[in-house]
Amino acid sequence: MRRPLVNRHTQQRIGFALLALAALIVVIPIILVVLVIIARGIGAINWEFLTQAPREGMKAGGIFPAIVGTLLLMAGTALAAIPVGIGGAIYLSEYARDSWLTRAIRLAIINLAGIPSVVYGLFGLGMFVLFLRLGTSIIAGSLTLAIMTIPIIISSTEEALRAVPTEFRTVNASLGGTRWQGIRNIVLPQSLPGIITGVILGLLRAAGETAPILFTVAAFFLPRLPSSLFDQTMALPYHLYVISTQVPGMPEKVQYGTALVLLALVLSLNIVATIVRSYFRRRRQW
Amino acid sequence: MTQPSPTVKVRFDQVTYSYGAAPALQNITLDVYANTITVFFGPAGSGKTTALRLINRLNDLAEGARLSGRLLLDGQDIYARNADVSALRRRVGMVFALPLPLPGTIRENVTYGPRLAGLRDHARLAELTERSLIQAALWNEVKDRLDDPATALSGGQQQRLCIARSLALEPEVLLLDEPTSGLDPISTARVEESLFQLKSHYTIIIVPHSIQQAARVADWAAFFLKGEMIECQEGTALFTTPHDQRTEDYITGRFG
Repeated sequence: MRRPLVNRHTQQRIGFALLALAALIVVIPIILVVLVIIARGIGAINWEFLTQAPREGMKAGGIFPAIVGTLLLMAGTALAAIPVGIGGAIYLSEYARDSWLTRAIRLAIINLAGIPSVVYGLFGLGMFVLFLRLGTSIIAGSLTLAIMTIPIIISSTEEALRAVPTEFRTVNASLGGTRWQGIRNIVLPQSLPGIITGVILGLLRAAGETAPILFTVAAFFLPRLPSSLFDQTMALPYHLYVISTQVPGMPEKVQYGTALVLLALVLSLNIVATIVRSYFRRRRQW
Repeated sequence: MTQPSPTVKVRFDQVTYSYGAAPALQNITLDVYANTITVFFGPAGSGKTTALRLINRLNDLAEGARLSGRLLLDGQDIYARNADVSALRRRVGMVFALPLPLPGTIRENVTYGPRLAGLRDHARLAELTERSLIQAALWNEVKDRLDDPATALSGGQQQRLCIARSLALEPEVLLLDEPTSGLDPISTARVEESLFQLKSHYTIIIVPHSIQQAARVADWAAFFLKGEMIECQEGTALFTTPHDQRTEDYITGRFG
């Protein structure tokens, strides 16, 4: 029998090194993206940039209307998507029996999550803007983003509900509790951190999307703030797209500054989600 | 005959129950008398736990279940079309094999059932908490820390807490499904001790975790095998002179 060139321990060390490298490769681009955007964009960030409307063909001034627009769209999306998403998940996980209907709903949810976002945008245009005559408006954009977010919220909420041991529900029933009493008193409080995390992650995806708002709400240039839900608005991702590709001679600082604001918004909410999850995980009793 | 005839609390009248293909219980006819401890025992898969869970309709939670025959509590059909399941479960309490305190404090655990039923009066809730914990032989160990998390208790204490939680609803019947299977011998003795105390107020049906425990606690004993009830007698009689050969084989350790 031939002796291997390197012994088992060396082999193992090489193996682990390769695995560590693979893990590192995942992290490096994220760190680079963040660093590059901060390095090139931080110079643009000042009080005027954050609080003023764009001027001089968007090459000067600020991005305040886009920040407000994105926050409004997130709020509208949350308002529409959270009740439907959580309600649907509670129904599917706690009430619905296994039938062709619930299987079809689950299949739809999985497939909805895989649909390209531009398709949602076209759907929003056809459904909300034209058919329901909402026009290109905050409400149409929010609803479109909500349609895209609901499957994410349903899946993560269902997962959080299923993580609560069945035995709690049985104990609740054995003490004369109705199903809803068990959900309200035990299951929902226990699964809340998972639900909140899922909701935030879903809304984050909505916040960063360009395609769904392209035809439904986003304004190319609208320096004043919207005055009603039926107004168009600027929004950060679309603004970033516009100033990166549609306006010649745009200062790089402004582009990276806009990206930095969007990134900061998304990352800070992401950190909130992480903190919520770890805080509740430490308090969990089972 | 000077002894008054015992009151039938729970009656199985030709009960057959199945989920899926094979019946889990086959034509069970059985009386459980008030203020006694009745044990349902037998090997794994004999249907004893299924029979227990039928009494408070916990098997309603299983899909595709079918029941024929009648199950009576105080002569009333438990499965009558208009029966109130929540009300039934308040009359028939249940303690499970593994103690499972609900999230929250000791006090919140004990008062969970009454609060679900709409009881808000603090004085009454406090009184129920104390009485239930005394009955479950846990009061002295927890009276100074009722607002501590229930999970801080030991396994044996948690199981007595679960008993107290059921008792807080002032049920008439208490079902216990292998309540001491996860407990050490000392905790087991405590739980059994509390059962003897409870007998004067409640009708107790227990699936024991061993034949020894069955023999220790049983006033009446019903032997289950493969979904059939083989025989039911007073405990001392069944464990000394069983009528059926299969019962004798089982309790003398020839199988199971």
